[in-house]
Amino acid sequence: MEYASRILEESVDEIALLPGIGRKTALRLALHLIRRGPQSSRRLADALNKLADNLQHCSRCYNISDEELCSICTNPARLDKVLCVVEDIRDVMAIESTSQFKGRYHVLGGLISPLEGIGPSELQIESLLERVGMEEIEEIIFALGATVEGDSTSFYIFRKLQGKTVKITAISRGIGVGDQLEYADEITLARSIQHRIPYEDSLKR
Amino acid sequence: MDSLCLKDIRLYNFKNHESLELSFSDKINCIVGRNGVGKTALLDAVYYLSMCKSYFSSNDKQTVRIQEDAFMLEGNYLRSDKEEHIKCGWKQGQKKVFKRNEKAYDRLSDHIGVFPSVVIAPKDHELIEGGSELRRKFADQVISQSNPAYLDALIHYNRVLLQRNALLKMQQQSGKRDASLLENYDFQLELYGNQIFNARQAFAQSMQELVQSYYAQISGRQEEASMEYQSGLQDYSLLDELKKRASIDCASGYTSVGIHKDDLQWNLKGMSLKAFGSQGQQKSFLIALKLAQFDFISKKTNIKPILLLDDIFDKLDAQRVEQLIQLVNTHHYGQIFITDTHADRTSDIVKRINEESVIHELN
Repeated sequence: MEYASRILEESVDEIALLPGIGRKTALRLALHLIRRGPQSSRRLADALNKLADNLQHCSRCYNISDEELCSICTNPARLDKVLCVVEDIRDVMAIESTSQFKGRYHVLGGLISPLEGIGPSELQIESLLERVGMEEIEEIIFALGATVEGDSTSFYIFRKLQGKTVKITAISRGIGVGDQLEYADEITLARSIQHRIPYEDSLKR
Repeated sequence: MDSLCLKDIRLYNFKNHESLELSFSDKINCIVGRNGVGKTALLDAVYYLSMCKSYFSSNDKQTVRIQEDAFMLEGNYLRSDKEEHIKCGWKQGQKKVFKRNEKAYDRLSDHIGVFPSVVIAPKDHELIEGGSELRRKFADQVISQSNPAYLDALIHYNRVLLQRNALLKMQQQSGKRDASLLENYDFQLELYGNQIFNARQAFAQSMQELVQSYYAQISGRQEEASMEYQSGLQDYSLLDELKKRASIDCASGYTSVGIHKDDLQWNLKGMSLKAFGSQGQQKSFLIALKLAQFDFISKKTNIKPILLLDDIFDKLDAQRVEQLIQLVNTHHYGQIFITDTHADRTSDIVKRINEESVIHELN
């Protein structure tokens, strides 16, 4: 494709590097910015600059944060003794929106997957083990995806934690709330039956 | 036992049929015609409606008529005395759609096994000649039709294996070894591997007796036909062996032990069928194997699959064919489809055995 302007082409090139965006969409977005005037492009550029310069990872839980420590880590109302291990910030947001979890987080920044060239050293696993040694943590909750990669990562950390006096749990998997049994797939249903819980526990909130 | 019968079928642009419509008998249907008129394609259409894929072509693009970009299949069934309508549409570049009574399935796997069928075709010969992955695939397909947990374990196993091999290659390149991460995958391979091993062992055991008895009936001989499941897991624990071979695996960059190395060994009188069996013996064995599969599926699902016999005179003499048709004419079997190039030859035998058989001539 020939662009009338070098400057435009440069923008399109950069936008097209984003996931899920091809060159045509990139061009459409660039033209949209031009149409909205220089102010809006500048605001976008400013926001991106801040993202590049000022954003950091919380030095304790490795969640994305504006400060040295994130707002969850600095919140005195959160429980120190429960730690929830998640893949990335999206999982933190998802769990936070349930407002059921009062503990703190540890964000791994991915899952172990040699296929994608990601080994344990690329993730915040060493720092998690350190935290378990330093902080007064009584329980670790694995809240990772129900995939082979999620399972492998949980299992890897579990083995690294052997010998430590910390309780290790995993979020339960099974029938979705409001789902009918007949529509559940067999694997999920089979797992729900295998990992059934005492009825009394299901009454607790 | 519930019955299953395909009452009629319609094909549009499927293989070499531009448009074809046929009604069937609920027992024996013979499809006759010269080479290339599309007898096997018709059988394949029946198979496609039940298994969501072709038996004879590995790719849907080869299933559509030349120069067309879409095909459609439609069939009316009587299943446990209930009318059912199955429709399948495929279009180049789009997801294939299966509808049961006008309602589309979310997942094709929900359809597989509900309208079961078993094929006996000359192509089966590759089960004997081909590599072990074909025999594993055969076993996997039969087992997973009646055991969804098996399929799940298999998918997980293969994914873990892929990750382990990727790790081995990564370590090879970097020269660094992370024994604890490798072990991590070993534990998971052991977990899923054992589930698969147990299911395959049980499968081979229940098939063994059936194959033996069918072989005797088809060949008319009392030769001992056996099916032996071969897996390293019979001799060692997968976890120990993976650990033992870790350095070998690291050097080669792939996992050298596990259920992905299993095989089914088929013997006649204790001798390898592949190496020593005659063409006729091999054919008889394959038929015995497929009839055993028929029994395995019907026992597990409580429904009689549709039996598809392609090119029935392939490597069998008239007497053997007659024995086979006698055998499947019993009420143990449900609906049957037979193809042959010679109209007279087939109708002679079939009509003698079952007067109500229907001959469909394609041209």
